[in-house]
Amino acid sequence: MAGLGYACLLFALAVCVYGILASLYGVRRNRPEYCASGRRSVYALALILAVAMGVLEIAFLSNNFAFNTVADTSSRTTPTLYRAAAVWSSQEGSLLLWALLLSLWSSLALFLTRRRMRDVAAYATAILLGFGGFFVALMIFYANPFQTTRPAPAEGVGLDPLLRFPTMMIHPPMLYSGYTLCTIPLAFGMGALISRRVDADWLKVIRRFAFAAWLFLGMGILLGARWSYSELGWGGYWGWDAVENASLMPWLTGTAFLHSLMIQEKRGMLKVWNVSLVLATGTLAIMGTFLVRSGVLNSIHAFGGATLGVPFVCLIAVLIAGSIYLVVSRREMLRSENRLDSLLSRESMFIANNMVLVGLCFVIFWGTYFPLISEAVTGQESSVGPPWFDRYTVPLALILVLLSGIGPVISWRRASLANARRNFLVPLLCAAATLTGLLAAGVAHKTFALAMFCCAAFVFGSVGQEFLRGVRARGAMAGEAPPRALLALVRRNRRRYGGYIVHLGIAVLFVGVAASSSFQHAAELQLSPGQSTRVGAYTVRYVKPTASITPKYDRAHTGSTMSLGAILDVTRNGRHVATLSPSEGFYASGNPAEGSVSSLIGGQAVSHISMDGGITRDVWTAIAPNIETPTLKRIVSAGNATLPPDESAIALVYLARAYLHDPPPAQFHFLVSPLVLWIWLGGLIVFGGGLIAVWPAPSTVRRRVAARSRARALRGLARA
Amino acid sequence: MNPARKRTVRLVVALSAAVVLASALIYTSFSAASPALTPSQLLHEAQPGRSYILTGTVAAGSVHRLGPVLDFAIRDRAGSEAVPVAYTGTVPDPFREGREVVITVEKHGTSYIGERNSLITKCPSKYKTAPAGENQNA
Amino acid sequence: MVVVIVICSLLLAAVVVALVTAPLRASPPAGEGPGGRAAAGQGPAVERRRAELEAAREAKYREIRDAELDYRTGKLSPADYGAIDDQLRGEALTILDDLESLGDEAAGDAPREA
Repeated sequence: MAGLGYACLLFALAVCVYGILASLYGVRRNRPEYCASGRRSVYALALILAVAMGVLEIAFLSNNFAFNTVADTSSRTTPTLYRAAAVWSSQEGSLLLWALLLSLWSSLALFLTRRRMRDVAAYATAILLGFGGFFVALMIFYANPFQTTRPAPAEGVGLDPLLRFPTMMIHPPMLYSGYTLCTIPLAFGMGALISRRVDADWLKVIRRFAFAAWLFLGMGILLGARWSYSELGWGGYWGWDAVENASLMPWLTGTAFLHSLMIQEKRGMLKVWNVSLVLATGTLAIMGTFLVRSGVLNSIHAFGGATLGVPFVCLIAVLIAGSIYLVVSRREMLRSENRLDSLLSRESMFIANNMVLVGLCFVIFWGTYFPLISEAVTGQESSVGPPWFDRYTVPLALILVLLSGIGPVISWRRASLANARRNFLVPLLCAAATLTGLLAAGVAHKTFALAMFCCAAFVFGSVGQEFLRGVRARGAMAGEAPPRALLALVRRNRRRYGGYIVHLGIAVLFVGVAASSSFQHAAELQLSPGQSTRVGAYTVRYVKPTASITPKYDRAHTGSTMSLGAILDVTRNGRHVATLSPSEGFYASGNPAEGSVSSLIGGQAVSHISMDGGITRDVWTAIAPNIETPTLKRIVSAGNATLPPDESAIALVYLARAYLHDPPPAQFHFLVSPLVLWIWLGGLIVFGGGLIAVWPAPSTVRRRVAARSRARALRGLARA
Repeated sequence: MNPARKRTVRLVVALSAAVVLASALIYTSFSAASPALTPSQLLHEAQPGRSYILTGTVAAGSVHRLGPVLDFAIRDRAGSEAVPVAYTGTVPDPFREGREVVITVEKHGTSYIGERNSLITKCPSKYKTAPAGENQNA
Repeated sequence: MVVVIVICSLLLAAVVVALVTAPLRASPPAGEGPGGRAAAGQGPAVERRRAELEAAREAKYREIRDAELDYRTGKLSPADYGAIDDQLRGEALTILDDLESLGDEAAGDAPREA
């Protein structure tokens, strides 16, 4: 079986090489059949890699421990779902997933453009196959997923329990989809520059791909944050960790691009800027992929594999050099057709938005790669921490939110000052009302949170005003009742109103971020059963201990051998707020040398947090039970001495009973974080709005609109 | 001022602002950064009052908890010098003896205080073959 | 087992090769191939220009509708709207004219006099 998988990889590489040659030959010699053949190579690549992935999946599901990756990341006791997803928990398997997703998305993109932009698509095909070939070559020469060991070990190491959460299993495919989708605009951008065709048609096509990348990458990032918050034991959702930043950077440039391409569409301006953004997004995505795998920076995710660093650096160098060359050599063709009419216009707001987004990206880039930069400059590796990131990103985020409220209220081309003043009244009143309200509530000392709430209020005011006015205008024009008018308004102006909804979502998200960062109550508690303590306005009482040892009670189905926890009762001013039941899951270490009982619980321990989420606040806690008490240690050593390995599970019963009977004080990490739900809600609104903005109108509607617009345009002829 | 001149002025202003901000950013990053040191480097070079990023392996038998404070020692990956650290804050799940950790510390007299919630434990080789004895599950 | 794997591999290889070489083996449609395009009447350059103009036309229509919506939601004064609307309609007409003359060119007629 492994032979089939490896043969697939070799075949895949051959197909990539063929496809690149065929596409380039076809486009240079005007032989469309070769371009078509090159495009089909991408489909073929997807097919071959799917077969390879199938082989690997079957190996995992059938516990074929001859495969090194299966032996390293799975085991007979790993639950089936996690066994299937363990494929991409290793370096080799994740490379295969990356290559597969790249080939699938590329196939889709090339299929959708098979009848247009022939030369651009041909070059894009070659570039995408180049990426595919790079990753396949990495697997063939550096990290082979189909490497086997014979004789096969009897049992595998098992999937790291930290990864045994559903969110964690969807996070890589989603994130990789985001990264691979970023390479498609890159390929089409380079293709357009090479064939000198950066025009309206190209913009139309690339907009869809850029949006898809933005959507998936954004969802991947949000899922990662959600996993960090709701599954890990630290209670935070963003730590400015190197790989978090690496995924955020291309998302920021992608967002900038989605805005600035509208300016190129309308006014033929910012062409150099736009292609640069497209190329930067793709390059940053590749850099992000590189960061996780090279161990070059200290981070929670800094996995080993230093051998992969060099090929990636070469690829990134080629991308950067190639991009610069293409943009510089094509600069004549990229001249702006128009100039900015006025600083008070939606165009200039978009440009300001781009500045802020790129500025944010630069700050994050600098901070993330600072250890490398400082080592190169001073010889001493230093790094900057979250406070430094916060210092610069918070003001920029404030400006971003403010701009997202100003943009909708200003017209294109040239807004008159009088009109602007009239339109800003309501949003400013909203902001002012919020300010006075919050100051009255005594929030003055948290200046940044206060500023963010006011900016968000401004956005709510301006977006709300836009919807209201739009509904009223539609009602006047078409005589529709407000609910129908609203639906028709959004349906006929998807881009605009979808965009407004995205801005609304961003404001909601940042309100959540500001509130949960500035107003969080955090405490480390040490409690014995029956004991209670105060955290801010809340009283936390340790009601009783919990223990579970049978699979039936392993609620998370993660295969833990024993789980110890507690029930906490949280009240506020005497009123019951939440009942929390955190626990710590213990896993077998698989090392019989530790002792028959010790090896059952000596593996990776995983905290299962307990959270009561609400619209106004989340109450969150994690427990670190003490299993090193004299009583428990005595049971373990007695078990080690007297029980053989296949009977040692009985000791767990004694351990659990002893823990329940005489529970030692336990450590709790306790958090009350306001408005965290708003972050996830805001994210959903953002993606919903994005989908509305990009959803194509049905063709009947499009034709009707086109006909009507044409008639209107021709009316001008009659008038002149 | 004719439009072309106005545009040039705008461009110059924008670029200057960008340069000034970038310079401020770059300057503060060097002064706000904490050097990354190994335990042996830390023992020889650390100055009191400055914070450092310490990377190393948790020494075997060194982990003790006294109430909210976790005491442990960090040693070089391949060496014997160990730095004793007193840490308060969240302890990541993967933390245990023998694991690689990253923590921000400050020297106080002869002891090292770990900055609150700054302890990061590297995920045990997700992308590397686990060495024998480092198995997570059987 | 090995035999099954070998057969699967060969099958996969055959499918892939068939898929990828299909365009090369297909008989070229009448008029296709280098030099034969003029007869078909739609050269690649014309096709490209048409796609570009159609995309530009769609974008211009969208601008016209956006301007109207801006006016109706109170962001543009009537005077400003009138000026911008006229300008955009003029630009749209230029694109429509270009598209028409492109169509005539492709059909072989001389471009119509404006």
